[in-house]
Amino acid sequence: MRGSIPVTLIGGYLGAGKTTLVNHLLRNANGRRLAVLVNEFGELPVDADLIVAREGNLISISGGCICCSFGSDLLAALMQLKDRNEAIDHLLIETSGVALPESIVQSLSLLPDIALDGVIVLADAETIEARARDRYMGDTVLAQLAHADIILLNKVDLVSPERLGAVSRWLNETAPRARVIPARKADIPLEIIVGQHSLRPSDKKLTPLSGHRHTAEYETLSLEINAPRDPERQADGLTRADAGLLRAKGFVRRLDGAFATLHVVGQRALVEPAPDWIEGPGRLVCIGLADQINRSAILTAIEASLIVSAS
Amino acid sequence: MITIYQARKIVTMNPSRPLATHVAVRDGRILGAGSFDELTGWGKHKVDRTFADKVLMPGLVEGHSHVAEGVQWRFVYCGYFDRTDPDGKVWPGVKSIEEVVARLSAANARLYDSTQPLTGWSLDPIYFHNRRMTRQDLDRVSAARPIGIMHASGHIMNVNTRALELAGMLRKGINHPGIPLGDDGLPTGEMKGPDAMTPLGPHVGLDRGLLSTDELGLRAFARLCVRKGVTTAADLANLLPQPAVEMMLRVSGEQQFPARIVSLRVAREVSPAELVERVIELGKLSTDRLRLGMIKIVVDGSIQGFSARLKSPGYYNGAPNGLWYIAPEQLREIFERALAAGVRVHSHTNGDEATELVLDTLALALRKHSSPDHRFTLQHCQLANAAQFRRMRALGMCVNLFPNHHFYWGDQHYALTVGPERAERMNACATALANGVPMAIHSDAPVTPLGPLFTAWCAVNRKTASGRVLGIEERISVTDALRTITLGAAYTLGLDSEVGSIECGKAADFAVLEDDPTEIGGEKLGDVRIWGTVQGGRIFAAETI
Repeated sequence: MRGSIPVTLIGGYLGAGKTTLVNHLLRNANGRRLAVLVNEFGELPVDADLIVAREGNLISISGGCICCSFGSDLLAALMQLKDRNEAIDHLLIETSGVALPESIVQSLSLLPDIALDGVIVLADAETIEARARDRYMGDTVLAQLAHADIILLNKVDLVSPERLGAVSRWLNETAPRARVIPARKADIPLEIIVGQHSLRPSDKKLTPLSGHRHTAEYETLSLEINAPRDPERQADGLTRADAGLLRAKGFVRRLDGAFATLHVVGQRALVEPAPDWIEGPGRLVCIGLADQINRSAILTAIEASLIVSAS
Repeated sequence: MITIYQARKIVTMNPSRPLATHVAVRDGRILGAGSFDELTGWGKHKVDRTFADKVLMPGLVEGHSHVAEGVQWRFVYCGYFDRTDPDGKVWPGVKSIEEVVARLSAANARLYDSTQPLTGWSLDPIYFHNRRMTRQDLDRVSAARPIGIMHASGHIMNVNTRALELAGMLRKGINHPGIPLGDDGLPTGEMKGPDAMTPLGPHVGLDRGLLSTDELGLRAFARLCVRKGVTTAADLANLLPQPAVEMMLRVSGEQQFPARIVSLRVAREVSPAELVERVIELGKLSTDRLRLGMIKIVVDGSIQGFSARLKSPGYYNGAPNGLWYIAPEQLREIFERALAAGVRVHSHTNGDEATELVLDTLALALRKHSSPDHRFTLQHCQLANAAQFRRMRALGMCVNLFPNHHFYWGDQHYALTVGPERAERMNACATALANGVPMAIHSDAPVTPLGPLFTAWCAVNRKTASGRVLGIEERISVTDALRTITLGAAYTLGLDSEVGSIECGKAADFAVLEDDPTEIGGEKLGDVRIWGTVQGGRIFAAETI
């Protein structure tokens, strides 16, 4: 367990698929206790069959997840959630369609026991370019994309391959720091959004959230790392564009034997002290799109973080 | 029983009969205004000479305030300008940080429990030669007790060290644009914006109070109305949960409750469909003194907070454009559903881009649900230009402008936020009237003090706190201003057939004045002395309220 609760922001304009994604995640939480805070006009958009109980603006969901709505005041909602002392593995915040992720990130920085994990922004492949040109909402949509770690390019089945290529190129230019994942019905593996649960070395293919095959092919890379490393330098290398990573999680052994936990989401990284029970060799699990993950760049990054002892 | 009130003068606001000396009232309604002889024809009556040396106007209508004003007075007033509390005490403005500290220290000495928070409000350090208040200033009041002061704008709070400690914010490494740090790397105690204020609020007695009120606060608000000649006041953004509605129905129904409150349900936390449904149900609960059944939408932020959405070329100081608080699709759905159901919607827009979005969206919605006399109203709408006023007229919209802003923050708008040209056209009352847009003007109390005659003075003179006349061409006449704070505001609330003028069949709602606002001169309009009100035929003297 880490000391603070990891938080993932799920943003994007109206109709991009935020609610669909949240329902996917709740349905396939696989034992993770997710808490979802939703900021939108209207009833909590949770599929009825997932709901176990309702209490005011809070819904309990099978498998230990909860979902609640907040009006205009995210921090007040987080403080209330904290007061409930729920056991939470990961917090998801579904922002309103006009919210700027960056300003929510700033708000979150005020709460000491919350750690930002990543910013996922959904984009509707059919409409995103038109949205970005809208005379009223264009700058808001562009600012949402610019602050994404991962852009989930949704509804790719509704556009031609040529259009998909064009919109992907446009996104890469418009939001150069974001990794773009194509998806249908917001269907991507849970691990991409909330990270890997444990770090058992395995080369298993990621299991899809719902029955059908993912639009994109993913690849995981699991590594054991023996010599001590500098986790900050490793983070620098793994967040570089050429590594092609969507996510990585690792326990990095420092020179003094202490472990650090390393979380990477796209080009964002967080290094923090690892739990006491971590022992053995250092290890790292990386996930990327099969056509993007760059094994040699990743190995180079790990190599570069080797600590050469002073003697 | 018929009562005929004799007055020195009655300014009726009824264009067919503008002046009178007597008004006859039966069961809280006006039978007529005219001469004594004309009114005796109604039958057996008594004559009441209480107002024989007073001037009567229609009860003033505040078109945009918040009943939470009544709650604020539980806190220590720290504003720069003199302000009257609901009990009639005039609190002198505090002119320096030293005076703020002294006033808080006096309040501190009266508190028994050493852990109880001390709360202040309406601080405006803009007037303290830009010396910012720090936690050390407030630590001089008390180091043991948490202290917080809300600024006049409602967007910034100052706290002491103890409050920061309790909120877990007395730490290094905070990196947030709303939290300035001192040389020691710790917060200075100035907390800007909702993010920065929220964690502190519960510790300093300032839970998100602006929208909410309670029984005592509602009664205090109504007492303040009496002092300001107000008989009808809009409470412009209330979530109106069922317990609050029940409380408001009960309190406003009390025999001596002296005002009519129009409370709008703010569009938040529910879908457009649920919102309109709920507001229709609320409308059915309306009583004479509590009117429900309208919607308020917040479209953008504030100009002084740089969160209003401005059209190009944007902010004068180069600040990035502000924030949308609702998406166009959601706005449109609310408009369409409300038009279909005959529910009025008031939309908060400050920046001209937000105003444009509302105009565009309503134009589309009206194509689907043509609705003559919808009276959708733009609230604040401070930066609207002439073309936008023309569109308001074409679309059948009303506007409720905010001239008080000129007095309190006009100098800052001129120098910083929108620059000289647009500062002069802010709250362009003359342009609105010239284009035939039905208009109200407002205080947004507690943001600025409740008082329609002061608001009228602001619209007539357009003076800033420094004495600059900001937008000489946009000044309006006293006659127009007086009509605006009575019939004008009543029209935007859909109440102009009931209140807003002294004429046959309307509610017996009067502002009872010592001075004649039509004679005192525009420059002194804000100084008109107010004796009290008559509301629904019941007499309320400010002296004894």
